[in-house]
Amino acid sequence: MLEAFNFRVLFEYMPLYMKCFMATLWLSGISLAGAIFVGIIASAMRLGRFKILSILAGMYIEIIRSTPLLAQLYFMYFGLPSLGILVSEEVTGITALTLNSGAYMAEIIRAGIQSIPKGQVEAGISSGLNYFQRMRHIILPQALGVTIQPLLGQSIVLVKDSSLLSLISIMELTRAGQVLTSERFMPAEGYLATAVFYLVIYYMLKTITNWSQKKLIFREAGR
Amino acid sequence: MWGFYFNQLVDSLPFFFKGLWVTVSISGLSLIAGTVIGFIWGIIRAGKGGFFSFLIGAWVDIIRGTPFLVQIFIVFFIFPEIGIQLEAFPAAVIALTNLAACFICEIVAGGIQSVPSGQKEAATASGLSYWQQLKYIILPQSMQIILPPLVGQYVLLIKDSSVVSAIGVIDVTRAGWLTVQRVPEGVMVFGLVGLLYFIICYPLIILSNRLEKKFST
Repeated sequence: MLEAFNFRVLFEYMPLYMKCFMATLWLSGISLAGAIFVGIIASAMRLGRFKILSILAGMYIEIIRSTPLLAQLYFMYFGLPSLGILVSEEVTGITALTLNSGAYMAEIIRAGIQSIPKGQVEAGISSGLNYFQRMRHIILPQALGVTIQPLLGQSIVLVKDSSLLSLISIMELTRAGQVLTSERFMPAEGYLATAVFYLVIYYMLKTITNWSQKKLIFREAGR
Repeated sequence: MWGFYFNQLVDSLPFFFKGLWVTVSISGLSLIAGTVIGFIWGIIRAGKGGFFSFLIGAWVDIIRGTPFLVQIFIVFFIFPEIGIQLEAFPAAVIALTNLAACFICEIVAGGIQSVPSGQKEAATASGLSYWQQLKYIILPQSMQIILPPLVGQYVLLIKDSSVVSAIGVIDVTRAGWLTVQRVPEGVMVFGLVGLLYFIICYPLIILSNRLEKKFST
């Protein structure tokens, strides 16, 4: 089976793969930063005092979670021009990824904040701390410990999801496989190489996840 | 302007429902097969180690570490290279079943491992065989832990099925993609696509949340 594959062609295309690897990294990196930002805002709205903001954030989260990313991506890719908004594919792709992942991040952050016992907040109030002081000194440091693992898991999902950007013709790892398919008609080699590059990112993130888990357990035990 | 396109969209509704049926049948077939395989893999994985457990673990890791879009391209293009002609629909079902099996395997293995070891020891001491232990003691208890994330995983898999549109399967997403070439009104077309997915997925999300609440106490 293996002799049917021509892996030599991969060396020829290595510069393309490296370029696309970097593209996947920066596209996911920007989207990740955006998603965490959106997630913090949306979870704050969800948990906040203002009913309307809470309902709006809830609707955003539910709609995103019950529709596929690909449909959301196409919604923006085909929808924005018909609304008169003309932006590049990269901007469309990053926005779709950010908004999609942001909803999941919001749920993770909300769960983290809600996992802090009420008594802690009440103790904070009775010590005379205001809302921001309570957030900064009591809730967020503890919530971060609970959220860091699922946030890293969600980052892995985001990196993999960025492969869908190839479908709106953005040059990234999956697109590199498509190039090999169309130029040399070597889809198997092309996509297997793509898969290997994704696995590199996956194992890097997984190592960070395991490491942070060990750190957290260590900290808990030391307390 | 919108009115004109709206009528065209209403005309293509049957096309969307056909796509919806394809989405439902791909997801349905894959979820059933994936659940069966996932449970078998999960039970093996939760066992005492050994070669098969390691093999499944490595496979699950590879599948979890690569995007589904890449997996589906590999399935669709590699089979012909080794001499098996494969239509888009079975390729989609194979890829989605494998994905489902891998994620469900992790959920099942986690659920089984969460049963306190004292229960297993007690069962062993009572002279139950491994299969009897699984059937009467371990699985019934771990189902509480398995069920909520399992339903949540179903939602993710149904949504992932949209990716099979990339190899030309005419599911809801592909129906939208084809329609938007004729009816250049992306917001309306993919609004409809989103709505159709929402109708399938939202009840499952609510069910998953309910199960979580029910079993968490």
